[in-house]
Amino acid sequence: MSRLILYRLGYGLLTLFVVSLVVFLATQALPGDAARAILGRDATAERVALLRDQLNLNDPLAVQYGKWLAGLFTLDLGDSFANARPVSEYLGPRVTASFVLMGLAALIATPVSLLIGAYSALRRDRAADHATSAVSLVLAALPEFAVGILLILLLSTGWLHLLPPVFAGSASAVLADPAQLILPVLTLVLAVSPPIIRMMRASMIEVLESEYVQQARLKGLPERVVVWRHAAPNAIGPVAQVIAVQLGWLAGGVVAIEFLFAFPGIGLALMDAITTRDIPVIQAVTLLIALVYIVVNLLADVVGLAANPKVRVSAR
Amino acid sequence: MTTSTDTTQQDERAALDVAGLTVVGRPSDVEIIHDVTLRVARGDILGLVGESGSGKTTLGLALLAHCKRATEITAGSIALSGAALDPGDAAAVRRMRGRRVAYIPQSPASALNPALRLGTQLREALHDSGADGGEATDAEAAARRRAVAGDPQERVREVLREVALPDDDAFLRRYPHQLSGGQQQRVAIAMAFIGCPDLIVLDEPTTGLDVTTQAHVLQTIRHMTREYGTAGVYISHDMAVVADLADEIAVMYRGEVVERGPADRLLGDPQHPYTVQLLRAVPILKTAGHTAPEPAGEDGPLLRVRGLRAGYGRATVLSGIDLDLARGQCVALLGESGSGKTTLSRSLVGLHHQFTGEVVFDGDPLAPSSYRRTAEQRRRVQYIFQNPYEALNPRKRVRDLILRPYTHLAGQPQDPDAVVATALERAALPASYGERFPDQLSGGERQRVSIARAIATRPDLLICDEITSALDVSVQAEIVELLRNLQSDGMALLFVTHNIALVSNIAQHVAVLNKGEIVEYGDVGTVMSAPTHPYTQALIADTPDFELSFGESPLHRPATKSAPGGD
Repeated sequence: MSRLILYRLGYGLLTLFVVSLVVFLATQALPGDAARAILGRDATAERVALLRDQLNLNDPLAVQYGKWLAGLFTLDLGDSFANARPVSEYLGPRVTASFVLMGLAALIATPVSLLIGAYSALRRDRAADHATSAVSLVLAALPEFAVGILLILLLSTGWLHLLPPVFAGSASAVLADPAQLILPVLTLVLAVSPPIIRMMRASMIEVLESEYVQQARLKGLPERVVVWRHAAPNAIGPVAQVIAVQLGWLAGGVVAIEFLFAFPGIGLALMDAITTRDIPVIQAVTLLIALVYIVVNLLADVVGLAANPKVRVSAR
Repeated sequence: MTTSTDTTQQDERAALDVAGLTVVGRPSDVEIIHDVTLRVARGDILGLVGESGSGKTTLGLALLAHCKRATEITAGSIALSGAALDPGDAAAVRRMRGRRVAYIPQSPASALNPALRLGTQLREALHDSGADGGEATDAEAAARRRAVAGDPQERVREVLREVALPDDDAFLRRYPHQLSGGQQQRVAIAMAFIGCPDLIVLDEPTTGLDVTTQAHVLQTIRHMTREYGTAGVYISHDMAVVADLADEIAVMYRGEVVERGPADRLLGDPQHPYTVQLLRAVPILKTAGHTAPEPAGEDGPLLRVRGLRAGYGRATVLSGIDLDLARGQCVALLGESGSGKTTLSRSLVGLHHQFTGEVVFDGDPLAPSSYRRTAEQRRRVQYIFQNPYEALNPRKRVRDLILRPYTHLAGQPQDPDAVVATALERAALPASYGERFPDQLSGGERQRVSIARAIATRPDLLICDEITSALDVSVQAEIVELLRNLQSDGMALLFVTHNIALVSNIAQHVAVLNKGEIVEYGDVGTVMSAPTHPYTQALIADTPDFELSFGESPLHRPATKSAPGGD
C-alpha cells in the first residue's frame, strides 16, 4: 500500500509541474503589458522600457520560467509588481486567512453532509428524505455567490440584522471576531455540501440493500450496530472521491466568496492582482490553488485505499 | 393443496411450526406466499424445492420475520420451539434471531461484510448472551445454552473448529475476500451455528460452489445439524441435492406448498404433477450416454485438435490438448472453474488467439483469430455463451438478433421471415417471438434465442459454453432436450460444463479437463462407470446421485467425529 501511495505522490508532483508550466504560459498570454499596467496609460516609452528591463520581462520565456521555478523551491516567488514587496510576504497572512476559511468550511461540511446523507437514506422515500433531496438540489443548482447574496439579504441587511455583511479587519487577525466569519463559512458549506449529501444518500441506500446488511439484521443485531458498523463504513468509500472534488473546488470557489464578503484572503488578492497585471501574485495564487486540489485528491486516494481492506491487506 | 396439518397434536419436539403464513407485495397486493403451513421436528431437515420465482426465498426470510423492501407478512403465525415469533415486535424478533433461528445465505461472498474481520463478524452474532430467557428444560438444550453463555472468544474458536476451519488469531483477523468460496460458506455456517439456534434456514447455500466444495459443505451442514439437534429448512431448486440431504420435502409452486411429505415417499411416489415435472428434470448421473445416429460419411472427424497450447501472456492455461469430434457427435468438456475449459472453447471459435497447435476443421486448418478465418468457416462454427442475460443486445428485437449474423455470414436472405421462423422453430419458440425484446423473455427463453441465433446460419459445429449453468434445473432439462434434437439433425456439439450429471444425458464422449490438461477421455458409459483418473473419480463421488437409494447416500451415514477437511 505504501508503494501505491508513493506512486500517487509522484504522480501528484508531475501534475504540479505541468500545472506550473501551464500557469506560467497562461499568465504570459494575458492581454496587456505588466510594465504599462503598473505605470499607467500616459507613461513614456522610455520609462516602460526601463521597467520592463528591471522586471526581467525582456529575457527569453524559458529563462523567465527557469528563474521562476528555481525561486519556487526556495519559496522566493519574486516581488509583487504592484507594491514591490516579496510575494511570499504579501501573500503569507492572506494564505493563512483563506486556509482558516476553507478549513472551517471543510470541517463543518464533511461530517454534516455525511450525516444528512446517511439519515436521508435511512428515511428513504419519507418526508425528511424528500425535503433533503429538494433543498440539496436547489442549493446545487444555485451559484455560490447567489447563495452568499441571499444569505446577506436574509441575515444581515434585509430580514434579520444578525451578522455583518462584509468583513472588516486585517488578514492577520481573521479569528479576532468570529461572528464575521459565519456568513462566508456558511456560504461555502452550503455550496460544497449538496453533492456530498446526494452521493452519501445513494451510496448508503445501495449498501443498506446489500446482502451483508440483510445478514447483519438476520443475525439479530440492533439497528444502531447495523447502520454504524456494517453499513456506514462501506458507504463512505465511494463518497471520498466526491468529498475530495468538492474540497478541491473550495480552493477555487473561495475566490468569488472572498470577493463578495471582502474577505482578505488569496481570492481577493487574486482579483486585485488580475486588475493590476501583477503576474508574480497571479502565478503564486493559481499554483497554490492547484496544489490544494492535488493534495486533497491525494488524501482522498489514501483514504479510499485505507477504507478498502482488499487493497490495504493485499497490496502491502 | 395438501399440507396435511394436524397442529392440534402439539409435538414438543417441533422446532418450527408455521401456520397460514401469507406474504404480500406492496403496493400491488400480489400474494407472494399464500397460506403456507409447515412443521419441522428438531434435528430434521426440510427440503423446500421450487423454481426461481416460486417464492421459496421469500418464505425462507419470512421464517426469520424478515421481509424484503415492499413486502409484508399479512397473515399466519410462526412458532420456534413453541415460542411465537411476532413480526410486529421488533425487539423480540431481534432477540430471537441468531439465538433461536439463524440464516445461511446463498452467496456468502456478498453476505459477509467486506470491511469487517471474520472475528468481529462471528463474535457479534453472539449478542445478548444468556439474556434469552429460554424455557429450555432438557439437558441437551441446557448444555447448548451454557456453551453460548461462556467466553465469546472461546465459543468462536470452538464453532470454527467444528466447521473444520482454522481457529487461530491470524485467521480471525482475516477479511472475507481472503478466503475461498468454500471457506466463506463455512464461515457463514459457523456464524449461524454459533448461537445454537433451534432452526437454521439455508437459502441455496451451495449454488455458487463446484461439486467437490458442495459435497464438503453439505456434509458439514448434515454433521452440524446432527451435533446440535438443530432443525433445518433447506431451500433449493435442485432436487438431487435435496434428495440427498432432507428428511422431508415440501414442493413450492407459485407461492404455495403444493406437496409435502417424507423424502423417500415424495421421491418414490410423487402426487402433484409439478413434483413429477421437477423430478423428471433432474439429470441421471450414470447412463451409457446419449446414443447418437452413426456418423454418415467416413471422411474423418469434423474437428481435429492436436497439441493445442494456450495461455494469457506468459501464463499457460492449456497444454497438450488433443480432441476429435465427428459429425452428429457430442463431446462433453468437463472441468471445474479455472480448469481452462472456456479458454479452450474460445480458442476453437477464434475469440482467443494466443494459442499454438493444430486445429483442423473439415480438412482445412483454422486460423487462430476469427478475423483470419473465411466467412464460410465462421458460419460453420457457432458459439453459445454462458449467460443469456448478457449475450443478447437489449435494444434489438429477437428478429434482428437472429438476422444480423446470418446476413453477415451467409448474405442477404431471400426471405428473412422464413429464416427467423425456422431458427425459432428449431429452438422450440413460436415465430411470434421475433418481435420481442430480450427483457420480455425469461432466462430459458433467452437461452433459446441465443441457440436460435447460433443455428440460423446452419452451422456444422456448435460450441456451448456452460449454457445451462445460469438456468433452473427444469429449464436446463428442456435446453438439453433441444440440443439432443439438434444433434439428431447431424450437428456436432462441443458441450462445455462443470455439471457432471449433464454429461451422460447429452454426450457420447467426454473429455475431463483438470488444470489445463485432459486427464481422461473416452466413451461416456466407460468414463462414468469406471473412471480411471483420481480426479474423475473424485468428481463423480462428490456429485449427489439421484439414483442412489435414500439411505445409501454418503451424507446419511452416521456422523463421524472427523469433520470434513479444508479446501
